[in-house]
Amino acid sequence: MSQADLTMEGHAAGLTTGIPPFSIPAKKMAIWLFIIADAATFAACLVAYGFLRNGAANWPRPFHSITNAALMTFILLTSSLTMLLGVRAAKAGDKPGAFRWTIITAVGGIIFALLHIREWLGLIGEGMTLFHNPWGTGLFGASFFSITGLHLLHVTGGVIALLAVGVRYKGGRYNADDLEVTGLYWHFVDLVWMFVVPFVYLLNLAR
Amino acid sequence: MDTPDVKPHEPAARYTDPLGKYVAIYVCILILASAQFVIAYSHLDTTAMFARMLFVALAEAGLALMFFMHLWAEKRGFFVFVVVFTGFVLLAMQYGWTDSYRMEVGAPYSQPKTGMVPQ
Repeated sequence: MSQADLTMEGHAAGLTTGIPPFSIPAKKMAIWLFIIADAATFAACLVAYGFLRNGAANWPRPFHSITNAALMTFILLTSSLTMLLGVRAAKAGDKPGAFRWTIITAVGGIIFALLHIREWLGLIGEGMTLFHNPWGTGLFGASFFSITGLHLLHVTGGVIALLAVGVRYKGGRYNADDLEVTGLYWHFVDLVWMFVVPFVYLLNLAR
Repeated sequence: MDTPDVKPHEPAARYTDPLGKYVAIYVCILILASAQFVIAYSHLDTTAMFARMLFVALAEAGLALMFFMHLWAEKRGFFVFVVVFTGFVLLAMQYGWTDSYRMEVGAPYSQPKTGMVPQ
């Protein structure tokens, strides 16, 4: 048998055994690959933001209070814990408990989104748009709304996913692994916020 | 035909750790998040403040990744893949910073900072 035949046979063996890469379930592998790609997306946004902030002389510092950012951070971090409790309950076979924690997590996400929108409206009310603001370079609005908007989009998508997966888990169509995959996404959204808060909010506190 | 010497999937992350461990990690992350707010009000220049905030954010993210997302409990090969691959991609993105500093003195969209002379 030639070397080429042996190679082909090896590939065929790998394909027919059905063992996924790293022995990780396909859904979990898919969400981790998505998380890696999304981490690169957010990192690119934050690097671009840092690039602009570093290059602009009159970068605005419009945030007079940390109360809203602190409250949003607390809610999102706490929602990560409740998500974990939900997955833990699901893995232990406690279906009502898992559903309850998942819904609590989704409610946390909704409160976070509402606080975020309220903050946006406040800034817009002070005269901030995508390309203009009363405090300094107009690029601040574009970068602020892009980064926080992308994150808000992720939170909104996460809330929808939590509700959909939670309801279907309760109905028996999805299992604990599906809830775990959704939980991984939610933790990632929380993880991104850990970088958005210091660099977009706290470095731009009014002094 | 012999099959490869690979065991069928057996999930590594089982979520069976005691509840107290997760709560302790949550409290640690909250403390680190609070530290960032303290740093924001300290009398530091922007570069020093940024460096401290980045360090704290990386610590927070590490805790969330390892324990909330259970990366620490996954298979070693997968753990190495995620950390090395993601780390490489994120580090490779940092190539543009020198250009950012060059633009401090003559960027088309910014005014030269006080005391700097455009080249």
